[in-house]
Amino acid sequence: MSERTSRIGVAFDKARADGRALLVGCMPAGFPTVEGSIAAMKAMVAAGVDVIEVEIPYSDPVMDGPVIQRASDIALAGGVRTRDTLRIVEAVAATGAPVVTMTYWNPIERYGVDTFARDLAAAGGTGLITPDLIPEEAGEWLAASDAHGLDRTFLVAPSSTDERLAMTAAHCRGFVYATAIMGVTGARSQTSQAAPVLVSRVREVTDLPVGVGLGVGTGAQAATVAGYADAVIVGSALIRCLLDAPDEATALTALRTLSTELSEGVHHPTR
Amino acid sequence: MSADATGIEVPAQFPDAAGHFGTFGGRFVPEALVAALDELASAHRAAMADETFRTEFADLLRDYAGTPSLLYEARRFSARAGARVLLKREDLNHTGAHKVRNVLGQALLTRRMGKRRVIAETGAGQHGVATATAAALFDLECVVYMGQVDTERQALNVARMRMLGATVVPVTTGSRTLKDAMNEAMRDWVANVDETHYLIGTAAGPHPFPALVRDFVRGIGAEARAQCLELTGALPDAVTACVGGGSNALGIFHAFTDDPQVRLYGFEAGGDGVDTGRHAASITGGSTGVLHGTRTFVLQDADGQTQESHSISAGLDYPGVGPEHAWLHDTGRATYLPVTDDEAMAAFELLCRTEGIIPAIESAHALAGTLAIAPKLAAELGRQPTIVVNLSGRGDKDVHTAGEYFGILDKE
Repeated sequence: MSERTSRIGVAFDKARADGRALLVGCMPAGFPTVEGSIAAMKAMVAAGVDVIEVEIPYSDPVMDGPVIQRASDIALAGGVRTRDTLRIVEAVAATGAPVVTMTYWNPIERYGVDTFARDLAAAGGTGLITPDLIPEEAGEWLAASDAHGLDRTFLVAPSSTDERLAMTAAHCRGFVYATAIMGVTGARSQTSQAAPVLVSRVREVTDLPVGVGLGVGTGAQAATVAGYADAVIVGSALIRCLLDAPDEATALTALRTLSTELSEGVHHPTR
Repeated sequence: MSADATGIEVPAQFPDAAGHFGTFGGRFVPEALVAALDELASAHRAAMADETFRTEFADLLRDYAGTPSLLYEARRFSARAGARVLLKREDLNHTGAHKVRNVLGQALLTRRMGKRRVIAETGAGQHGVATATAAALFDLECVVYMGQVDTERQALNVARMRMLGATVVPVTTGSRTLKDAMNEAMRDWVANVDETHYLIGTAAGPHPFPALVRDFVRGIGAEARAQCLELTGALPDAVTACVGGGSNALGIFHAFTDDPQVRLYGFEAGGDGVDTGRHAASITGGSTGVLHGTRTFVLQDADGQTQESHSISAGLDYPGVGPEHAWLHDTGRATYLPVTDDEAMAAFELLCRTEGIIPAIESAHALAGTLAIAPKLAAELGRQPTIVVNLSGRGDKDVHTAGEYFGILDKE
């Protein structure tokens, strides 16, 4: 299959035609509870988040900053299992929004790579973002994603050589994830200077859409990133709406407000 | 196999170019770190081939660390073991453990790469102290990540690191122990990789760390092999070591891997017993997985979440193991067995009382394992076996833990 037949590919095509970027909102599965995370993700979709990124909570998330670490700890302490993630993907995919899964590699190896790919495809997931899997180690996943028609998003970084950018992009399907900064996830006050440079370097080696993540937390930042990227990926800022709120109703209100603001941003790119 | 004073004469066949030991090892890291790992791998290769680097390393090991460490025939302990026990006295090195070899090697590499800052993870604080020591010697900025649970348990080592000029950062995420300190060090490294070297404390982590740490500690085995030949006229029947991450064990095993008659034994921390679930025996009680950048044996649950390890020895209290050990286990070249807290502490006491040597509790696991295998080996060989034990560290740091265990501390 090509990326054009993937649901996320279709969404990117439509956004491109509309002259805007996609908004990808990330939320750990099972945070604060399985049902709570489904409600949060559905609220995000209703408020304008185009794509939901469901992160499988992991005990040792080395690419994540304090907000996602805390949310993952809460989810794991609540007993969330990998199979709950699949149920969440299915529930959110039913809204019609593309749902991509973000996961550290060990839970997938443990589940069984091909079995997970089969079950994710059956749940309606579009593919995986793999923050600690580089293409050189991904043989089993390349085969499983081909077999089950899933997208593969590997990360590229400002430190990636041109050779690695080309190699990594060549193994991606759906979109490429550009990490805006050298660092971990978490909202930052300033948008990255390195990100636009990285995105233009990626565009020299692939026609795939490029999503930019790490450090985006406001509508203005989203508009800036939408000016040069095909997708704006937001995690920690959205998750903080839930962490900081005293109760679920307040949390969902804050989540909707921020989602709307970010959505405004990606609809009006700063060029 | 020939070796000079550094023990790094012959490049090891493993891992392959991508860092694989059979199906183990490799790199499971954020892409952002790949450039730095490539830089490190190439600096490691160049350094190993550079006579100047090797000379400088050998001089430091001799003049600063005090190697070669002695190979001491422990006669009274031997009588109790029913074996001729030769102790490789790494406890006599500067800073009190084999770890000084690794930190000196990596500090030299750091300088070679033109970096000015080192970061490290530490559990009990031994690797943190060693890193802070090398950083002081090489005038490098040093930040040590240490789980908050450990900073409280090991206040003395925290003070040591600070005396040496290091910044100690208590880690308050996850289980607040060694594995979380490692996560935090990785996060720092991703953010500061241009000017920072991650001075990892054991032969684990992503390629090239398992190979480069091993290469810097291989001198232990090279020395022990020559010393044993000189002392006994023959190779030992067995070489034993404790295994947490596994650097001291690889360090002493490596010179013997091509001597098929020499049995290699790694003793893991069995905690309360592997069957209780409260242990740190990744090979004997874990399963294959990916942790901290490498594929190896991991303590994990059915969903691949890392499980907490338990051991009376903080230095062995880690839910993974270096990938080369996983491979040595898989190929059958080395044998891995668990040793419980109680067995280790009995051996600890025996060495204190028979030899006047207070070992690190880590090393006491190697002693206990040796006591357990000696009669079997004697029966198999039909004679008294000769066993080289890596006494990887001294027990000063463990006096409080051991004092509590034996109930010999006076009440305040």
